[in-house]
Amino acid sequence: MQTPDKILLGHGSGGKLMHDLIENIFGKYFIDNELASKGDAAILPFNKGLMAFTTDAFVVQPLFFNGGDIGKLAVCGTVNDLVAAGAEPLFLSASFIIEEGLEIAILEKVVASMAVAAAEAGVRIVCGDTKVVGKSQCDKLFITTSGVGKVNPGYQEIVSRIMISPGDFVLLSGSLGDHGMAVLAARNELGFASSVKSDCASLNKMIQPVLDKGLNVKFMRDPTRGGLASALCEIVQGQPFGLVIEEDKIPVHVSVMGMCELYGYDPLYLANEGKMLIIASENHSDEVLSILQQTGEGKEANIIGRVIDQYPGKVLLKTKLGGNRYITMLAGEQLPRIC
Amino acid sequence: MKFIDEFRNPGLCDSLITRIHREADRNITVMEVCGGHTLALHRFGIAALLPPTIELLSGPGCPVCVTSRGYIDNAVALALSSGIVVCTYGDLIRVPGSALTLEQARAEGARVKVVHSPMQCIELANKDPGYQYVFLGIGFETTAPASAVAIKTASAMKMDNFCVYSAHKLMPPAMAAIINAGVRVDAYICPGHVSTITGSAMFYPLVEKYKVACVISGFEPLDLLLSILMIVRQIKEKKPSVEIQYTRAVKPHGNQKAQQLIQEVFNPCDAWWRGLGILPKSGLTPRNAKFDAEAKFSLSTGEPADPPGCRCGDVLKGIVKPVDCKLFSTICNPVHPVGACMVSSEGACQSYYRYANS
Repeated sequence: MQTPDKILLGHGSGGKLMHDLIENIFGKYFIDNELASKGDAAILPFNKGLMAFTTDAFVVQPLFFNGGDIGKLAVCGTVNDLVAAGAEPLFLSASFIIEEGLEIAILEKVVASMAVAAAEAGVRIVCGDTKVVGKSQCDKLFITTSGVGKVNPGYQEIVSRIMISPGDFVLLSGSLGDHGMAVLAARNELGFASSVKSDCASLNKMIQPVLDKGLNVKFMRDPTRGGLASALCEIVQGQPFGLVIEEDKIPVHVSVMGMCELYGYDPLYLANEGKMLIIASENHSDEVLSILQQTGEGKEANIIGRVIDQYPGKVLLKTKLGGNRYITMLAGEQLPRIC
Repeated sequence: MKFIDEFRNPGLCDSLITRIHREADRNITVMEVCGGHTLALHRFGIAALLPPTIELLSGPGCPVCVTSRGYIDNAVALALSSGIVVCTYGDLIRVPGSALTLEQARAEGARVKVVHSPMQCIELANKDPGYQYVFLGIGFETTAPASAVAIKTASAMKMDNFCVYSAHKLMPPAMAAIINAGVRVDAYICPGHVSTITGSAMFYPLVEKYKVACVISGFEPLDLLLSILMIVRQIKEKKPSVEIQYTRAVKPHGNQKAQQLIQEVFNPCDAWWRGLGILPKSGLTPRNAKFDAEAKFSLSTGEPADPPGCRCGDVLKGIVKPVDCKLFSTICNPVHPVGACMVSSEGACQSYYRYANS
C-alpha cells in the first residue's frame, strides 16, 4: 500500500503518522531552529531573559467529561507545555471556533471553567478571538490557546534533549491513562458507567518547587496524545542513548487497567492531561521525587526507569515477569479526539 | 480478586518457568491458534523465557488476518455508496483492500463508524431510518453470538435498515487444515474465548485424528505458562487429550445459549481463509436473507490476490515466522501495512514488530 495522500484521523493521534506529517509537510516549509528543536514550547530571547512560547488546539468530544471539560483542558494543556519547557506560565490567549446553533449556556459553562482553571494556575488570559462557522462546519466548539512564560534561569535547555546522559533517572508524576479512559467513558461507548476521572490539571504548582530548588532536571514532557510510549520514543529518537523502563514501577489505576484489559487498549498509549515525564540526574532524583510526592498532582509519582548507553534510539521495557520488549510509537489512531 | 495481578504474579510465573525448563526434554512445536495468545506471549515477553526445545508458531486465529481483501473491497464499496453506513469493530478500519482501507475511504467521504458492539449499530440504525446500516460481522465463535443477537433484535423490531455482512468463521476446520497442509504441530494452545462459547468437545476430533495435544488457555501470563506445562506433560506421557486450563471461563459444554443463537440465526457455509483457501463449512451466513448484506446488496466475492511478496498466508499457516518475510519491517510496518497480519493488534506480524525481543 502506498503512502496515503489524504489526511486520516490517525494523523492526529500523536503517534508515528503525525510525526511523519510534521516532518514531511510542516518541517519542509517552516524552517526555523526553534521549531526544529520540536520542544513543547519555543525558547526565545526577550528583554535580557528568556521566554517560552507555545500554542495548542483543543477539539475534544464530548465537551464535558468526568474531571474536566474542553475549557479546563485548553488552559491546563497550554500551561503544561510551558511547564515542560522549564518556564513559569504567565499569559494565555484564547481563540474560539464556535458552531452555529451551540447553546450560549454551554459556551458560558466552558468559559467559566477556563476562568477557574486560569486562576488556579495563576495565569492571565489576556487576549482572544471568536469565530462562528455554519452548522456542521465544526463540531460544537474548538478552542486554541497560546501561552507565554518566563524561563526559569538555568533551565533554558530543558526542551532540547542535549542534557540527557546515561545514568539519569526517568520519573513519572502519576498514573497513566485516566484522561483517555474518562473521555471514552463520557462518549457512552463503553456500555457501562465508569468512575474514572480525567487527570486534567495544571502542573506548575507541582514542578515550580523542583525548579526553585535548582535541582538537576534535564528534560520534561507531558505525555498527552500518544501516551507515555510515544513520549519515550520521541526522547530517544536519533539519540546515542536508550531508555530502560520497568513495567511494575509505572502507576496505573486498577479501574483504568480493567477497562484496558476489557477493550484491548494499552495504558502506555492512552492520553494523559495532568502528568509530567521528567529526566533528572541520579543524585537529585530522590529529592525531585519527594517534592513531587508532596503535591496533590504528584502523590503517585515514581521513578520508572533509567537512561542507558546501550540500545541507542530504543526504549526497552522490562516486563513484570522479567522478560524484555521494545516500546514503539503508536502507529495510527487509538482513540479519536481525546484533547 | 481483581483477575489481573493475580494472574501476573512474578513468583508463580518463575516457578512455572522453572518446571517447564526441567520437564521440556524434547523438541516440540506448539501453535497458539488465537491472535490474543500471540499478543500476550509477546507483550509479556514470555517467548524469551521458554527453553529452546519449545518452538512457538502463530496460528490462523486473528479474524482480521484471515479475512479476504475482497471482503474489505466490498465493505469499502458499500461505505462509499449513497445511503449506506458501514459499522465495524475498530481493528478492521486499517486493513488494506485492493485500493483503499476503510479509514482511507472515510477520508474520501465514505460513511464508516467504529463501534464496540453490533447493538450500537442497531441503535444508530434505529435513530437514522433514512440510511441502510451494515455491520461488518467479523470474528470466530466468540463474536458470532453478538451478531446473532443483533439480527434477532432487528428482526423482532421489524427493522429494514440493518443487516450483517458476515465474515464469521469457525475455528476447528482451520486447525485441521493446518495439519493437513503438512505443517508440523505437536500441540495447540486452543483459543480461550472461542471455547467459552463452544466448550471443549469440538477439539476431540483433532486429538483423535492427529494425536495433537490440546490445552484451552486463558490470556494471562500464568494461564499461558501453565498451559505450556500441561502440553509438555501430555506429550511426555504420550497421552494427547483436550484439557481446559482456562477453567474460570471455559466449561466443557460451553455456553449453550450462545451456541443455540448461532444455530438459530446462521447457516454454516464454505469460507475463504488467507493462507488456507476455501474450507468447507468453516463460515457462517445469516439464514434470513433480509439481514444478509451479501444477499441484500448482491455482493460478489471474488478473491483478489495478496500483494506481491506478502507472506501473510504462510505466516497464518505457521510455515514462516513474520521475520522471514522480506517485506517485514522494511516496507511493511504498522503505519503502512502491506498485509493484514501487520494491521491487527492481534496479528502475528504486528506482535513481532511491536514487541520484538531484544
